[in-house]
Amino acid sequence: MNGNLTINVNYLTRVEGHGNIVVEVNDGKLQICRLEIVESPRFFEAFLRGRSIYEAPHITSRICGICACGHTLASIQAAEDALGIKPTEQTTLLRKLLLHYEELDSHILHIYLLVAPDLLGVPSFVPLIKSNPELVRRSLKMKRLCNELCDILVGRHVHPISAVVGGFTKLPSYNDLEEMHKRLTELRADIETTVELFRKITFPIFERDTEYVALVNDEDEYPLLYGDIGSTDGYRVSKYEYKSVTNEFIVPYATAKRTKWHRESYAVGALARFNLNHEKLHPKAKEAALALNLKPKCINPYLNTVAQIVECVHCVEDALRIIETLWQKGINYDEVVIPDINERGILPQRSGEGIGAVEVPRGLLIHHYECDERGIFKNANCIIPTNQNTHNIELDMLKLVPEIINQSQEEITLALEMLVRAYDPCISCSVHMVKVNFK
Amino acid sequence: MSKPKVAFFDFACCEGCQLQVANIGEPLLDVLDIVQVVEFREVMSEKWNGDFDVAFVEGSITDEHAVERIKKIRERSKILVALGSCATIGGVNGMKNSFDLEEVGKYVYGESYKFFPTLHTKAVHQVVPVDYFINGCPIYQPEFLTVLKCILQGIPYYVPEYPVCVECKLNENVCMYDRGVTCMGPVTKAGCNSWCINNGNICYGCRGLTINPNTEGFKEVLKNYKIPEDFLIRKIEMYNKCKEFDKS
Repeated sequence: MNGNLTINVNYLTRVEGHGNIVVEVNDGKLQICRLEIVESPRFFEAFLRGRSIYEAPHITSRICGICACGHTLASIQAAEDALGIKPTEQTTLLRKLLLHYEELDSHILHIYLLVAPDLLGVPSFVPLIKSNPELVRRSLKMKRLCNELCDILVGRHVHPISAVVGGFTKLPSYNDLEEMHKRLTELRADIETTVELFRKITFPIFERDTEYVALVNDEDEYPLLYGDIGSTDGYRVSKYEYKSVTNEFIVPYATAKRTKWHRESYAVGALARFNLNHEKLHPKAKEAALALNLKPKCINPYLNTVAQIVECVHCVEDALRIIETLWQKGINYDEVVIPDINERGILPQRSGEGIGAVEVPRGLLIHHYECDERGIFKNANCIIPTNQNTHNIELDMLKLVPEIINQSQEEITLALEMLVRAYDPCISCSVHMVKVNFK
Repeated sequence: MSKPKVAFFDFACCEGCQLQVANIGEPLLDVLDIVQVVEFREVMSEKWNGDFDVAFVEGSITDEHAVERIKKIRERSKILVALGSCATIGGVNGMKNSFDLEEVGKYVYGESYKFFPTLHTKAVHQVVPVDYFINGCPIYQPEFLTVLKCILQGIPYYVPEYPVCVECKLNENVCMYDRGVTCMGPVTKAGCNSWCINNGNICYGCRGLTINPNTEGFKEVLKNYKIPEDFLIRKIEMYNKCKEFDKS
């Protein structure tokens, strides 16, 4: 390592939210290596206070347009836990379906629009319209299919309408089930093409061993909607003990809190889920992993994108299975829910605490609520996947920079940007959800 | 004639409205045929140093840095469009204004709250002049395309002045009041095709209050259905708290 190097990426592009990368090398010594989060805080936890816990999914969905369905599901789980509401089997199936749509939509956006341009050597998908029109058309079509799936199930993808505390305000008709099945079958073909495409693409080679954290449970299903919190270091705790996992801490230069469990940092997301639960993936997803040469325990963070492709295969197959199950069982339309914040005075109300822990596209998302006897918010706390990844990303950068220090400044900058993007950070989420002390 | 140069910017928001634009799907390619998107940080690395023919701005203005940034964007833009509730009416960010700002900071960030200076949330037009408004949380894609066409033809776009109820009735939904719950439809600007009520939910008022909301009639409705007024106030505040800055 020789000489001086300063890298300042202000407003990292093709990520959700505002973040900067800062690297300084003096006389060949790495002085500073940071991922700074500079998003304006929005103070969601503060202004939830005084509102009805029944409104929580609607409001917290607005934390993030990309993970809107994920926030909604974590929020519903926390609110129902606090209120003592048990979802029906039908509701749980529909929620699992919604979560699959969320993973698909977000992963496809990330794989095609945010990551692929780097791998194909262009600054965005726009130049690809000319050079790879087929790829652009396919990605836009896949995005449209995911949106249409959400439109049918919950009204729309950005801020789902019908998923509420207690169930759904609108239940899919048989025609809807058929339409969703049709679109998923179409999507299945495009995802197969995606697997073929990525077999030919080489990702940067870089490894750093870390602790991977994701939901785990004893069922045969790949856990996404509920479970305990597990780690590749062999630990497992209930979601109610999430604070013993997250151990939040602050660094002076970043606006978002960070987390660590047994090591200096841990990672969440598709790669973490793959590393912990690969055995529970659908057989077709396992085949895709094999074809893409993704093997557990994979410690190359760039391959998070590959894990996302494998999950896309799984989510399509499992979504088809859920729809077929619903078709066979028949939908019970008596379960439709009126979106009440208890104007009618007939809803369950009690003072309590509740926790929602859901695997959203970027990893483990936790909502923790406390309400009074009228169901009014006293406290709220959310732990966002990107917060859990930030410190891990920075430690990756610390190891990566010396390994590639002889490359040009442009190459180093690109390698770092790609590394951060691989985690699919959602910076809007990460800032306003930081902490609240429960007394 | 060269294509109009279009840019997207975001302030305090969830970026969902820009995502709604990216989510238009294949018709996006037709849009890209007639405009040149020069900056769109969420999905593009390209940057532009010149002026913009059209700048779409998502998000509310919530700190000094944002005030300076939006002023600079305004100077560089021939046409400035507020995109989505956070930009047009302050949106959910406005709920913060019901609290003492220092208390809010301390609640979220503890003693480090001073690192996160915050102002009362404002809609974009409460800081700089805005030429077009696209309401909604999130924006309704058909309306976005309509407004875009108006902008490119140089003609104004008029947001409907009638309430969501008009569209809701045409969609033959059962009135949410008849189902026993409070709905913001009677006092909220239409234009979304009663999106939420079509899906079994209530209207939350995300498109902003109609210019002359029939508040007295609305109170009457609340009385008929025995709905306490404070439920309504809180429901109005969910999206429309920043409206108080319009009066001054």
